[in-house]
Amino acid sequence: MLILEKNAMTEEIEKLVEKYGPERSSLLPILQDIQRDHKSIPDFAQQEVARLLDIHPVEVFSVISFYSFLNTEPKGKFIVRLCQTITCDIKGKERIAQAIERELGISFGETTKDNKYTLEFANCLGMCDQGPAMLINDMVYANLTPEKAVKILKGVK
Amino acid sequence: MVKTKREGSVIFSEYKRGEAIKAALEKKREDILLELRESKVKGRGGAGFPTATKWMVVAASTAEIKYVICNADEGEPGTFKDRVLLVDYPELVFDGMVVAGYTIGASRGIVYLRGEYEYIRKPLEDYLESMRKDNLLGKNILGKEGFDFDISIRMGSGAYVCGEETALIESLEGNRGEARNKPPYPVNTGFFGRPTVVNNVETLAAVSHIVVKGGDWFRQHGTDKSTGSKLFSISGDCELPGVYELPWGTKLSELLTLVGAKNTKAIQVGGASGICLNKTQFDRTLAYEDAATGGSIMIFNGSRNMVHILKNFMEFFVEESCGQCTPCRIGNVKLLEGVKMIESGEYTFDYIEKLMELGRTMQVSSKCGLGQSSPNPFISILENFKDEIFNGNGGYNG
Ligand SMILES: Cc1cc2nc3c(=O)[nH]c(=O)nc-3n(C[C@H](O)[C@H](O)[C@H](O)COP(=O)(O)O)c2cc1C
Ligand code: SF4
Ligand code: FES
Repeated sequence: MLILEKNAMTEEIEKLVEKYGPERSSLLPILQDIQRDHKSIPDFAQQEVARLLDIHPVEVFSVISFYSFLNTEPKGKFIVRLCQTITCDIKGKERIAQAIERELGISFGETTKDNKYTLEFANCLGMCDQGPAMLINDMVYANLTPEKAVKILKGVK
Repeated sequence: MVKTKREGSVIFSEYKRGEAIKAALEKKREDILLELRESKVKGRGGAGFPTATKWMVVAASTAEIKYVICNADEGEPGTFKDRVLLVDYPELVFDGMVVAGYTIGASRGIVYLRGEYEYIRKPLEDYLESMRKDNLLGKNILGKEGFDFDISIRMGSGAYVCGEETALIESLEGNRGEARNKPPYPVNTGFFGRPTVVNNVETLAAVSHIVVKGGDWFRQHGTDKSTGSKLFSISGDCELPGVYELPWGTKLSELLTLVGAKNTKAIQVGGASGICLNKTQFDRTLAYEDAATGGSIMIFNGSRNMVHILKNFMEFFVEESCGQCTPCRIGNVKLLEGVKMIESGEYTFDYIEKLMELGRTMQVSSKCGLGQSSPNPFISILENFKDEIFNGNGGYNG
């Protein structure tokens, strides 16, 4: 990370700590905000959060590693989470997955070279009556067909 | 967000925002607790603990700080009724939280909303803001001197186990969402070690109706042991999936007709951690005393492969186990391996029986509800669909 980037990150985290308070119970909201804006929580950010909340960096890492929506490795601008749980599965999740993989030229678990898309599976998204369903970042899309899924994906900005 | 008006006898019956708060503030706290006890309402989040008892313990505590937590983690596969309630009837849920705050003597409420529902957070924040404007939240609520209460929303981050109340509290405190040993229960030692009421979204919605319409009215619906109605999330092989409000005591077969399910082979009642029933069991009723469920009902027709379904459930538990205790961390992996062995035909009946035994051990030895219930689909599918899985097609299916 460049010094300039580091300074910007520090400033950002200081603001978050101010917003949520310098307590341990603020850890998740702070990490969630960093994750949302950067699509990952890099080492330096972890150290800064630890410093400002006065906890050990290992604690921060340990919390991140527990939650499937938090990650330390960089991901794409759009994180696609296709539901893999049973109702979406029997309604054709596999076909959707294949169509998306073909279109983006990557497999689930991977990120496109241009860092635009990351493909992941997720467990039940609470849209089972309208499956197959997927999240793209925070937005939910349901009643997917292979064609519709690809179209939505290509249309996100 | 567009709200859908729905119909139902209890939860979806007429209700105007603030009604429950107004009614509660005119009553003595003890009377609200008695009304709740009259209603015999039990928790809608799965465990079915009597709500009045829970509230009474916290109300009786002399602690200065107490908390009300609304469990909106809704991670059980096949359930989505809490999302529907929050989107279409936020007034019922939030009013219920304010009533809880008043009754037990708390001034802070927290909604723990699953990360997957981030998209409904903003509308909910806006809704809370409008309640503040109308003095349904904030200081001296509706002019009641000394009653201050406010609600904030905290997000989950994709961990099913955080729906378990002590894991949820760990998560709120900024830790890994690992379940605590119980006892002590959150009613004694909850959020930051303070007495805490944790209730499911739907339980709080039911409370709002009970406070306005009375425990007697509530008890007229449902059965003796399962009072009121229940929201069911119906998905899978049927024409009309969605959220239905039905009285407790409804037969599974009636439900199948209602949702246009044809050629049904199996019903998974209670989500991945529930049990799977076959045709001969469709005359069972939905109730705490019979086929219990937090609301998830998944329907499978004759074309579905039961081993495939079971594998999907076990993969879910292997992923979602928090890994703290051995029966659950290792047990689920072993059960999943067993399913794969059945799938590829490389099993012995002896070994399957050992795995059933392992499942029963997990049910009694796991630390939290996740590991205690994850063997349910394994045991019930292998028992209730034994012929199809092991003997069907002359044994070629297995
Ligand atoms: C693994 C696991 C996940 C759970 N998930 C939820 C959930 O998403 N929502 C919920 O209300 N209760 C959930 N529970 C039950 C809670 O621990 C707790 O019993 C409930 O929130 C109490 O509220 P109630 O009495 O109103 O049902 C879960 C339990 C376990 C063991
Ligand atoms: S039963 Fe499973 S989820 Fe619960 S504490 Fe043990 S390992 Fe964690
Ligand atoms: S099974 Fe896919 S949203 Fe519930």
